[in-house]
Amino acid sequence: MDNRIEMTEQKEDFTEYVKQTAQLMGLKLKPEYLPGVVDNFERIAAIASLVNQFDLPEDIEAAPIFEP
Amino acid sequence: MKDYADAVALAAAIGKKEITARVVVSKTIEKIYRHNPQLNCFTTVTAEAALTQAEEIDAAIAGGKDPGILAGVPFAVKNLFDIEGITTLAGSKINAENPPAREDATAITRLKQTGAISLGALNMDEYAYGFVTENSHYGATLNPRDRTRIAGGSSGGSAAAVAAGLVPLTLGSDTNGSIRVPAALCGVYGFKPTYSRLSRAGAFLFSSSLDCIGPFARSVRDIATVFDVLQGEDPRDPVCTKKPAQLCLPELNQGIENLKIVVADGYFTEGAEPEALEAVAIVAKALDVKERIAIPESHRARAAAYIITATEGANLHLKNLQSRPEDFDPATRNRFLAGALIPASWYIQAQRFRRWYRTQLQAIFQQVDIILAPTTPCVAPPLGQEKMIIAGEEVLVRPNLGRFTQPLSFIGLPVLSVPIWRAGKLPLGVQVIAAPYYESLILRVAQVLEDERTINYL
Repeated sequence: MDNRIEMTEQKEDFTEYVKQTAQLMGLKLKPEYLPGVVDNFERIAAIASLVNQFDLPEDIEAAPIFEP
Repeated sequence: MKDYADAVALAAAIGKKEITARVVVSKTIEKIYRHNPQLNCFTTVTAEAALTQAEEIDAAIAGGKDPGILAGVPFAVKNLFDIEGITTLAGSKINAENPPAREDATAITRLKQTGAISLGALNMDEYAYGFVTENSHYGATLNPRDRTRIAGGSSGGSAAAVAAGLVPLTLGSDTNGSIRVPAALCGVYGFKPTYSRLSRAGAFLFSSSLDCIGPFARSVRDIATVFDVLQGEDPRDPVCTKKPAQLCLPELNQGIENLKIVVADGYFTEGAEPEALEAVAIVAKALDVKERIAIPESHRARAAAYIITATEGANLHLKNLQSRPEDFDPATRNRFLAGALIPASWYIQAQRFRRWYRTQLQAIFQQVDIILAPTTPCVAPPLGQEKMIIAGEEVLVRPNLGRFTQPLSFIGLPVLSVPIWRAGKLPLGVQVIAAPYYESLILRVAQVLEDERTINYL
C-alpha cells in the first residue's frame, strides 16, 4: 500500500518536472503529448537510476573522443 | 538470370563476360518493381543512374580495363546515407523538405569506385530511433521470411532487401543494434564494425557517440569485401580512425586454431526465449566451445547506452521538436521529447560509466579472443505488436529487441550477426564479438562456421 502511494506521488512529480523542464527547453507540449512524454520520462528515470546508483571511482572520466 | 551465390560470385561472372552489368541491373530493377509494392524495402529506386553506370562498367570490361572487385554488383543504402541528387530522408517527413544531397556519402563513393552500382535508398525507423521499421510516414517494411512479421530495425529495409534477394549488398547504420537486430530477424549477415572504423561522412547521424555504419550481405566473404573497401581514413568524418586499414579478405581462410572462444554468460542468457539461446548453443557446439564468461554490469551498460542515445538524439532534433513536433512519427516523438528533458548529470554519468565498462571488457579480451551471444531475444514478432512474452514475462517489443546488442555497441565493439536456420522455423542471429579493431578474427570464425554450413544465407 505504502509503495503504491509512493509511486503515485512520484508520477505527479514527473508530470510537474516534465511540464517545467519542457518550458525551460522551449518545447510547447500539446496536452495530448503530455501523458506519453511523462510515461517516457518515467521510463528514462528508472533506466538512469541503474547508472546513477552505480558507485563509479572518482578518477573515471568520460572519453571526450571515444577511442575503443 | 541465374541466381549467383553472392556479390563476389556475381562480380566474377560479370568480369568474365558470362553476363553483362546492364542485364544484371535491368533484372534487378524488374525484381524491385515486382516485389517492393508489398515488401516496402525501397523508398527511392535510382533506375536510370544505375543503368547508365552499368553501361560504363560493361564498356570498361569490353575495353580490357579492370572494373573493380564489385563490378556490376547492385547495392542499396538505408535512406540516411546521402545519394547525390536525392533528398536524404532519414525516415522522416521533416527531412523530405531538404534539398537533394550534393554528393554521395563516403561509403557510397568507395563502393562505386570498386564498380558496385547504387540502386537507391531503403526504408528505416524515423531518425533511426527504433528496432521495428514500422514507419508512419513511409509504411512498414515486411519481413521477407514471413510477411506478417517485422523486418526489425532501424535498418529494416537494408536487411529485408538482402533477405528478399532484391540486391545482394546493402548498407545500414547501427547505434544500439540497428544493423544486427534486422539482420538476425531477416536471416542475413549484418556487420557492425568497431566504432570509428568506417567513415560516417554523409550519413545522417542519430547519436554520434555510438553511431557506426556497416554492410548486410549473403556471405562472409561479401561482408569482408565490403568492409575492406569501406576502410580508411576520411577527413570528412572527425570520428573516423586514423589507424591504417587492416584488410580482412586476405586473412579470411586462416582458420581459428589458437583462438580462445567463449559464450557470454549471465545477462546474455537472461530475458531470452529458449530458442535464442539454442542458436548460440548451435554455434558453440560447431566451434567446440564449452567455456562461458560473465560480462559484469551489462544491464547498466544497456541503461547507459539508452541515456546517451536519448540525450544526443533529442539534442540533434531539438529545433524541430520545438517548432514542429506534430511532424515527427508518433512512434518516436514522445521519446525524443522526453529525451530533451534529461538532466546533464545523468548523461555525463552514463558517459563515465562507458569508460568503466570499457575497462572491464579490455580485461576480458586479455583472456579471450571471441565472445558469442544471442543477437535478439526472440524471432521476428508480428507487425504492429506492442508487447510480447519473453521468458515468461510480458515486455515491450521495441526496446527489448536490443537487449543483447546494446551493451556491446555501447563500448564500440565490432560484432557480426550471423544467420542461424532451424528446419521450418524463422531465422535467428548469433553475435560474434571481438576486441576493438579485431574484425578479422570475427570474419575468420564466421568463415569456418559458413564452411561447415552451421550458418548460411537461404
